[in-house]
Amino acid sequence: MSRPLIKLKGLGKYFNGNKVLSQVDLNIESEQIITLIGPNGAGKTTLVKIVLGLVKPDEGQVILDTTLRIGYMPQKLHIDPTLPITLERFLKLAEPDTNLCKSALGEVGMEKHLNSPLQSLSGGEMQRALLARAILRKPNFLVLDEPVQGVDVTGQEALYRLIGQLRDRLHCAVLMVSHDLHLVMSATDQVVCLNQHVCCHGHPDQVSNNPAFIELFGAKTATYTHHHDHHHDLHGEVLEPNNTDQHSQECPHD
Amino acid sequence: MIEVLLYALLAGLGVAVVTGPLGAFIVWRRMAYFGDTLAHSSLLGIALALLLSISPTIAVIATCLIMALILVVLQQQQTLASDTLLGILSHTSLAVGLVAMALMPDVKVDLLSLLFGDLLTVTGKDVITIYAIGLFAVILLFKLWKPLLAITIHEELAKVEGIPVNAVRTAFMLVIALEIAIAMKVVGVLLITALLVIPAATARRFAKTPEQMAVLASLIGCTAVILGLTSSWFMDTPAGPSIVLCAGILFLISMMKQQR
Repeated sequence: MSRPLIKLKGLGKYFNGNKVLSQVDLNIESEQIITLIGPNGAGKTTLVKIVLGLVKPDEGQVILDTTLRIGYMPQKLHIDPTLPITLERFLKLAEPDTNLCKSALGEVGMEKHLNSPLQSLSGGEMQRALLARAILRKPNFLVLDEPVQGVDVTGQEALYRLIGQLRDRLHCAVLMVSHDLHLVMSATDQVVCLNQHVCCHGHPDQVSNNPAFIELFGAKTATYTHHHDHHHDLHGEVLEPNNTDQHSQECPHD
Repeated sequence: MIEVLLYALLAGLGVAVVTGPLGAFIVWRRMAYFGDTLAHSSLLGIALALLLSISPTIAVIATCLIMALILVVLQQQQTLASDTLLGILSHTSLAVGLVAMALMPDVKVDLLSLLFGDLLTVTGKDVITIYAIGLFAVILLFKLWKPLLAITIHEELAKVEGIPVNAVRTAFMLVIALEIAIAMKVVGVLLITALLVIPAATARRFAKTPEQMAVLASLIGCTAVILGLTSSWFMDTPAGPSIVLCAGILFLISMMKQQR
């Protein structure tokens, strides 16, 4: 495969003398979806912030490819209700061209919300809006911090599917943080299980059978496998399995 | 006599134009108490100016900037909640300013005019200072507009997208310091935040974009200046508080508009 977009070597980070991360090695290859999972306080967000250049590591190295162009989708937006701003204006902060903004909204199925006030969007719509802003920068690397937060289960599945489609269309690598193991397993190429250090990593099926993983999350959740015979579209409606089920065609498992 | 009124009007309008866009950001960024703290510390700046015989305008700008930097450093430590910290610094700096001025026996200061403004003693020279500094503040704010808006929405997202967050924030604090220095004469130390927050909050219900809100806030501020000064002239009420009162009444009237 091509050379990695990002190489992390022996990363360590301390906050007030407490170790948050130690000896983290990770390579992120182009067009690969990597999911970071781990319990609260495992250092997932810290690791993401180091990758984004927002936090400096105390130990180790971050080597970035020269072609790297990051699109970042933050966990949540807190916009004061007194700020009058539409979705269009929000996107224009990243890209002044209206047509590009519209097509980015099209990619995430949000065209009709172009003129909606940002504060009127629901949880799932807001996540899509943030995703649209991230892809506006034409990234080759998307960083998504808990992309499905505040989204109901059907919506979560649709959102993960959308992320996979975006990866295929934009040819970008994806690094995402997730809490929920079930859905994420089917939506990712690689899972990195983090608990201050990398417990285990690899293909979702390998990881879920790894003893370190089972110890961390318990056997019940870990042995879950994905059994849907249909998918839902962006609005929660069931789709015909044959023409839209990209998942089972592409993924080797299940 | 008409000169006094003209200078007062020009000074008030000059200050109100800047408070529109600046106040909008103060409201969006929830920095009202932050602004209040800086305004209170400007009294310390006046004391320093008297002590060192330097220009009060420069002393106030410098004191506000230093206070802003101290606040930013202390807020990053996160040992105290932000509002507790602001409460401590706000009132301590006000007290230090008052005590320092009382300790200077040769200096006779009109405390009331410092605290609540003395618009009717504004001179032609003051008006020129206000417009020079005000123009600079508006230009700075105009240049900062887009990055500052991006930071207001999400600081880390803005940083990842290449905006120099710390530089923009520092420049924004400079704008606040400049505005405090020129607004002191008009509404006084204690009422500056009112002039920043009330017109912006009033404009919110009528604005659909950030820019509309900023321009509308300037217009509302100017209306409050005109109305306040008129009442001060005919009813002999103190000018600064009259302006703030008029702004408050305009806000109450705006509440009658149905929120969409």
